[in-house]
Amino acid sequence: MNSADATADSSTTALATQSIDDMSRSYALTTRLDDLVAWGRKNSLWPMPYGTACCGIELMSVMGPRYDLARFGAEVVRFSPRQADLLIVAGTITEKMAPVLVRIYEQMLEPKYVLSMGACASSGGFYRAYHVLQGADKVIPVDVYVPGCPPTPEAVLDGIMALQRMIATHQPRPWKDKWKSPYEQA
Amino acid sequence: MSKLENLKQSLAEAMSIDKFTFSHAFGDDVIEVPKQDIIPVLRHLKDGRRFDFLMDVCGVDYPKRSRRFDVVYHLFSSKDASRLRIKCQLGEGEEIVSATSVWQGADWFEREAYDMFGIVFSGHPNLRKILTHHQFVGHPLRKDYEADAQQHCTSVLPIHFQNEPGVDGSVLNDKYVALNIGPSHPAMHGTLRLMLELDGETIVRANPEIGYLHRCFEKMAETHPYNQVIPYTDRLNYCSAPMNNIGYCKAVERLLGVEIPPKAQAMRVVLAELSRVIDHIIAVGTGGVDLGALSAFFHLFTYREKVYTLFEKLCGSRLTVAMTRVGGMAQDVPDGWWDDVLIFCREMREEIDEISRLMLDNKIFIKRTEGVCPVTATEAVQWGYTGPLLRACGVNLDLRKSSPYYGYDALNFDVPVGTKGDIYDRYLVRVEEMKQSIRIVEQICKNPPGGDFTIRDKGIVLPEKKDVYGNIEGLMNHFMLVIKGLRPPAGEVYDATEAANGELGFYLISDGSANPYRLKVRPPCFAIYQSFPSVVKGSMIADAIATVASMNLIAGELDR
Repeated sequence: MNSADATADSSTTALATQSIDDMSRSYALTTRLDDLVAWGRKNSLWPMPYGTACCGIELMSVMGPRYDLARFGAEVVRFSPRQADLLIVAGTITEKMAPVLVRIYEQMLEPKYVLSMGACASSGGFYRAYHVLQGADKVIPVDVYVPGCPPTPEAVLDGIMALQRMIATHQPRPWKDKWKSPYEQA
Repeated sequence: MSKLENLKQSLAEAMSIDKFTFSHAFGDDVIEVPKQDIIPVLRHLKDGRRFDFLMDVCGVDYPKRSRRFDVVYHLFSSKDASRLRIKCQLGEGEEIVSATSVWQGADWFEREAYDMFGIVFSGHPNLRKILTHHQFVGHPLRKDYEADAQQHCTSVLPIHFQNEPGVDGSVLNDKYVALNIGPSHPAMHGTLRLMLELDGETIVRANPEIGYLHRCFEKMAETHPYNQVIPYTDRLNYCSAPMNNIGYCKAVERLLGVEIPPKAQAMRVVLAELSRVIDHIIAVGTGGVDLGALSAFFHLFTYREKVYTLFEKLCGSRLTVAMTRVGGMAQDVPDGWWDDVLIFCREMREEIDEISRLMLDNKIFIKRTEGVCPVTATEAVQWGYTGPLLRACGVNLDLRKSSPYYGYDALNFDVPVGTKGDIYDRYLVRVEEMKQSIRIVEQICKNPPGGDFTIRDKGIVLPEKKDVYGNIEGLMNHFMLVIKGLRPPAGEVYDATEAANGELGFYLISDGSANPYRLKVRPPCFAIYQSFPSVVKGSMIADAIATVASMNLIAGELDR
């Protein structure tokens, strides 16, 4: 039944209600609420760029005109951790920086994700040295590791897409659930 | 009469020089003096107008010696581009008088030597740690400190300021507001931390805290063979990585006494000048972002990407190219590369004009930068400024002109010089330098030299793969060089190149083994940043942000 006809026929309101009901049935999609939320989350990851070193420069390229992170809904760079969903740790984290990183992570609101960009943030890289933290995951829970020194922007985009898949499929994240601040008094 | 003889005579007239040792090795003049004479000697050399720059102060550790430390001063004269190294021996627990009374610029260098070696400089107003965190115990560059002995930091250093005569820096004044900016703050470029004391919006005291990216470059260099240090140098000033490769390799080559072939020189110059362009792109682009001008950043990054593509074509890597080797380059230029560079140069010329219109002619930008936090030429020299910031103050000093290397003397280019030393002049100088770099690159690319891209000395450069797999001699040479390592003769050099931010110096000591005994980097922005508290004193917070941006502080080389 054509909906235009139904609204035109004002004398039979019951029929009109029926027709609108039919119409909505033909257009609406059914989903679970959490799938819908996940879909929204994965396409609006607001990153907080924690660029400390060389990877920070490559992260600028990721944001920049050629690679354009905006295509993945993640262009709204927030420098306030309270407004960000995704912490991109781009660069070496030194021992001196570690307490700052933990504090930034704690300030972020749920749901929050961490992407470690590059060898240094993932494992300390080739700096097996007295002042370098051997990976950001020593102090905060990391969801995606992107290898490279520095990774190419394509690799970072791939990492973001991997994270989007994780969000879409509700992948359990035990590393995050079990996380405790390393500086909290036991 | 040689320069050193001259110096000897002049010093002999002023003081007793019986205990001094004068020597000349690897092209460097060296004077060894007893520690009690160091200040009179420095003062004599400065006041007699023989040397106007104190480029570097650093420590060296020789644990087997009875007096284990060397304190090394590198002086530079802008008049004739001559250099002098002064060394003092110092035992454990002994003190040496701080050079800050002669050159203000000794400030952070001495703090670093204190942090790294535990050398105590008496009379230094702020002898605190500078690079390692405040809970760190020990002195990491001493030979008996293990390179991978990490110590965890669990808290953040509270706000404090520098001591001034009669004022303790750790006591805050209740009248003023203490403000902490960074290290995780967009205007602090990720790794700088600023502590300010404010009267309204006016800065009363400022104190930069650095070391948040101290990646132990110098210790890593001591624990790696010469060629493996090259990738570490990439990550000093990562905005212009090839320049660090070149500076380091040039120092090692001087120690080895080898001259690289013309083609390698041309490749290095092109790489260096392209790096200068992309470094200034970062400086100008992010400088604009810090002042709220985002469009210039996107404009300029398009062109930075183009340079990345050129690098990628040349060696497969975008940012950290590690393209040089001791003795030349890693590989030859691919076909058509020079022409690609020329095409880029044409596009970049137009872009530079566009940026001049977009930013430098922009009224808001001018208002934010013109006349803001100016530095006079005398102050700049005192602090050890080099590069674009020094030239913005009106000092015409460029190592490419004053002590040319790699055939810079045969190339046509001008050195732009500012007049006022304010922030606006710094950007003017940088933009003009981009134009001049393009000019240099075009001259080389139009007529690139032929020949080999590396020397073929079997003791220095690995043989080509076809020889390694094709004949027994090549295989043996390869084997020997890998097993024994590249071993320069025992000795030391200080070699400097004009990097994007200024003089990038490498002080290299070899003991004849396969690893450098000590490699000290003299990063240009380290000397510049130490002047920050005095430069921004009395100005507004917003001006401090503009100043940080204009100094183009690259944490990789600042903290090493």
